[in-house]
Amino acid sequence: MKKLLTLLALMPMGVFAEGLDGANTSWILTSTALVLFMTLPGLALFYGGLVRSKNILSILMQCFSIAGIVSVLWLVVGYSIAFSDGNAYFGSLSKFMLSGISEDSLSGDIPESLFALFQMTFAIITPALIIGGFAERMKFSAVLLFSAIWLIVVYAPVTHWVWGGGWLGEMGLLDFAGGIVVHVTAGVAALVAAIVIGPRNGFLSRPMPPHNMTMTITGAAMLWVGWFGFNGGSALAANGDAAMAMLVTHISAAAGAMTWMFYEWVKYGKPTALGAVTGMVAGLGTITPASGFVGPAGGLVIGIVASIVCFNAVILIKQKWKIDDSLDVFPVHGVGGIIGTLMVAVFASNELGIFSGQGLAEGMTIMSQLKVQAIGIIATFVYTGVATYIILKVVGMITGLRVSAEEEQQGLDITSHEEKGYDL
Amino acid sequence: MKFVTAILRPHKLDDVREALSEMGVSGITVTEVKGFGRQKGHTELYRGAEYQIDFLPKIKLEIAISASKLDAVIEAIRNVANSGKVGDGKIFVSNLDKVVRIRTGETDQDAL
Repeated sequence: MKKLLTLLALMPMGVFAEGLDGANTSWILTSTALVLFMTLPGLALFYGGLVRSKNILSILMQCFSIAGIVSVLWLVVGYSIAFSDGNAYFGSLSKFMLSGISEDSLSGDIPESLFALFQMTFAIITPALIIGGFAERMKFSAVLLFSAIWLIVVYAPVTHWVWGGGWLGEMGLLDFAGGIVVHVTAGVAALVAAIVIGPRNGFLSRPMPPHNMTMTITGAAMLWVGWFGFNGGSALAANGDAAMAMLVTHISAAAGAMTWMFYEWVKYGKPTALGAVTGMVAGLGTITPASGFVGPAGGLVIGIVASIVCFNAVILIKQKWKIDDSLDVFPVHGVGGIIGTLMVAVFASNELGIFSGQGLAEGMTIMSQLKVQAIGIIATFVYTGVATYIILKVVGMITGLRVSAEEEQQGLDITSHEEKGYDL
Repeated sequence: MKFVTAILRPHKLDDVREALSEMGVSGITVTEVKGFGRQKGHTELYRGAEYQIDFLPKIKLEIAISASKLDAVIEAIRNVANSGKVGDGKIFVSNLDKVVRIRTGETDQDAL
């Protein structure tokens, strides 16, 4: 991503079609479909199986609606804020309604329409990830309004900071496919939302087991496949970077899944399917910022570390801190994004023997890169946290955030949507 | 006439049905139910959170029979449904006042 942006800056956009690279274009077209597939139906099913049967439809519906609302907003202003020239913090509105993008416009050597669409699929999955934090209790109107405002106020600007020519990218932050842009923002937002909205009634006192593990595993498997597009596509080219990104992504997912499984097996006596897929997601989220910069052995270490850290983060946040981040968005995605963003500074180095990556930028050492990465994490964490808090307060004043206790008891499927997920 | 309600382990159902068919019981009604007795529940583990599941899935079997078959039916159910462990279930017996076959209007013994 970083390399391409440098290239982007050097090229006048939307001028000559002969600069188009067919191979790169076809791979990003494919990747775009893969990334959308991660949300619909991957994440929707992954999350859907984890809630109780009375709320399954609310999860599917929230994912689906977010895909719709984000797509429209991305067209109107989202893309422009994220990717048009502006200042270090915010793009301009020069690409309002994707103005100026025609079938001949290029972004690097792929069509700009494709770049905007590829990025749109990232913009869709990020707010969709957040719903796991407030699952089973938030008003549907509040979910929509929150997601819409959050996209404009948090996602688009942070994307600009990192990938759109903003200050973090300028500083040399390494975030290949969205460790900060997607996973830290979504994780922190979910954590804040879980705190502001409060736990589900009966949290920790009544069992709330997943209602359909088969659905969850199916969705998780789709996420694994879709992630090839997420990370492999972020090379924005069909080249060695893309292939290496895909390889390390896969290794990290596999290592994450097995690490979590064995860890749980030793600690609690049984290897669970949910543990294996959660470890896989942790491995995938954690390798995301690092995927285009590290080597295969680095990917292996990242996957292993991801599961051990995220596992303990889940226990800490839910059991010890008693925060009902219901589907563990922060401990898995947020924490994964953070440690991945830190570990890339180490494993991108080409001085680690078998664990070497593609090398740090000239003049960067592991320590200086770590400093940049830490600044990126802290800035994104604080900005996302504060902005999410304010957005929730505003949305709360407009629509209210939470359904009534009775509606929560009955389930959101029937009370919010007048439908049932199952009629068996 | 007697009305027999048996709570069984779900996987014993097929064996019980076979045993009852063999001895001439011509109809049974089966419901999937949940409950707890001495067996209590079991634990389930999700991402390190152990849940105590209080209600276990069981099968409820309902049979209407003539009083003369009662002992044999109870014996048959016990024979196949008994694993010797807590949680095998219970058999409840009550008196049955009247039975009507809806299609023909036959009553009592003729309707069994």
